Amino acid sequence: MDLGPYLVLATLEGAVTAAVLALTAVGLSLVFGVMRVVNIAHGEFFMLGAVLAWWVATSVGGHPALGFGAALIAAPLIVGALAMAADMTILKRLDYDPERTIVATIGLLYIIQQLTLMGYGPEARPVEAPFNTRLAIPWVEHGPEGWQMIWPWGLGTTTYKLAVIGAAVLILCAVWAVMARSRLGLVMRATQADREMAMAFGIPVERVYAITFGLGAGLAALAAVLIVPIQQAHYLMGADPLLLSFIVVIIGGLGSLPGTVLAAVLIGLSDGIISVFFSPTLAKIIATLLVALVLVFRPQGLFGKRAT
Amino acid sequence: MRALSLHLGLLAVLLALHFVLPAYHHGNLARVMVLASFAMGYNILFGYTGLLSLGHALFFAAGMYGMGLSVQYLGLGAGPALLLGVLTGAVISGALALLALRTSGVAFMIVTLMFAQAGYLSILYFSEWTRGDEGFVLAQAGRMLWGIDLSDPNPRYIAAFVLFSLCLLLSLWLVRAPFGRVLVAIRENEERVRMLGYDTFAHKLAALILSGSMAAAAGAAYGILFGYVGASFAAVQYSILPLLWVLLGGAGTVLGPFIGTLFMFYLIDLSSGITTAYMLIAGVALVLLTLFAPQGIMGELRRRLWKGLP
Repeated sequence: MDLGPYLVLATLEGAVTAAVLALTAVGLSLVFGVMRVVNIAHGEFFMLGAVLAWWVATSVGGHPALGFGAALIAAPLIVGALAMAADMTILKRLDYDPERTIVATIGLLYIIQQLTLMGYGPEARPVEAPFNTRLAIPWVEHGPEGWQMIWPWGLGTTTYKLAVIGAAVLILCAVWAVMARSRLGLVMRATQADREMAMAFGIPVERVYAITFGLGAGLAALAAVLIVPIQQAHYLMGADPLLLSFIVVIIGGLGSLPGTVLAAVLIGLSDGIISVFFSPTLAKIIATLLVALVLVFRPQGLFGKRAT
Repeated sequence: MRALSLHLGLLAVLLALHFVLPAYHHGNLARVMVLASFAMGYNILFGYTGLLSLGHALFFAAGMYGMGLSVQYLGLGAGPALLLGVLTGAVISGALALLALRTSGVAFMIVTLMFAQAGYLSILYFSEWTRGDEGFVLAQAGRMLWGIDLSDPNPRYIAAFVLFSLCLLLSLWLVRAPFGRVLVAIRENEERVRMLGYDTFAHKLAALILSGSMAAAAGAAYGILFGYVGASFAAVQYSILPLLWVLLGGAGTVLGPFIGTLFMFYLIDLSSGITTAYMLIAGVALVLLTLFAPQGIMGELRRRLWKGLP
């Protein structure tokens, strides 16, 4: 295969990564923006979503679409409820102190991960996609008889992957609509802007925090349900999404949603393209160093405007 | 005086235990003493200076690989290799400090976490030299010091004891010296210390290098004494563990890191007999500690019984 079809393939795969990454990172960004809490356990909520999706899909049975549909609704709700419970029992009692909540969410990370290991086991298990038709992509090449259309081997995608991208765009629009247009979003933005003033105006800040934390975790779980027919569910799968979400949120500017989405698209696409040319480990080394250096030299993020 | 005799007393007890402990616990205690040295290094930065690092695995691994690679490829003996390991740790912690100390609070935690992650991935990436995840068993020549075989349980215990004593006495001296008092003052109120005319950046830099070097010494010693160098010691888990040990034992106390390490080591040792998910214990302990006992064991002791405990 030439370089051209390779790039198209890498871009398509990158777009799927970007779509899932954007959902996960927006969840992390939301929690950081509104609550000023760095949630290290975010990747584990992602993992929990995938594992629950497997569990729901296998216990529903019948046509794959039925199980997947049930998982799509149930898994984010369960994960969101668990996260709200964690917020009310642990984070609230720490008064959302930034450093202590980080230590507590590290603890939460190990608790969720190890309980999953005990309950679900160390195997990786797939969930069947509701629909999965292969689509070959044509390519134009200059051959001996002039320009002609060819169908390079291996260049193609599936309907499911395209659906993931579409679903992610829809969900992101819904998140934006909630934040910008609904009363809940208004209250959340008010809490973000000034916690004390919000409280003085009678906004139930603690409830807003619990909902935000649940929503953030639910978004991660939703992203995981979407990806689980492509990747398998495994109890250690939370590490990569956590790292990538961190990169995205920091580069996009801590707590800024449009910046986060933009950075997710950028990172997701370049991740796909870079890993075609470099080893994935090298790509990760560069990415982690980039995050550290951005935080040191440009703490407001590459696209962020206000300092945090 | 009371404080000095308490710490010397502990050292005497540890030395006496060498002669009475059964083999299994004898080996465990040697391990705990080396890991406690790691925790004491962490404590200088976290407990006394108030900087929460999530990347100390980087320094532990720097010491371990600085030592291990020089044994493997330069054919050095344990002594020079150990020194080279500590030196590697000092250089890396100094370089990291110059960057990371430009940030504070949450950003400092994430920056250290990311640098440690980059270090871990680099070890995996250069697997041709480091043997990546698999690691390598240290050559026997690298485990000899002045003709003493450090892989033998008895010299091993004594070597661990010497390292532990050095770190303990250094910590004890540090917290009573003017330099240590400035570090504590920085933890309490950095602005005020700067107003008083101290160079807080230089003090934090020195604290981080000292802390990183101590962690590196522990890493190098761990490699020599137990004969294995592997990438898992650079993973994020080894950044979290010293935090956990120090929090449990009591941040900002000299004995806290040892107590915390000892307690956690046996807790995990016991639970790994029951389940493979032994890190669950670490997670639960972290959450409970932040919720109910942010001062740790020795911290509570200091608050209730003995105000002057260093």
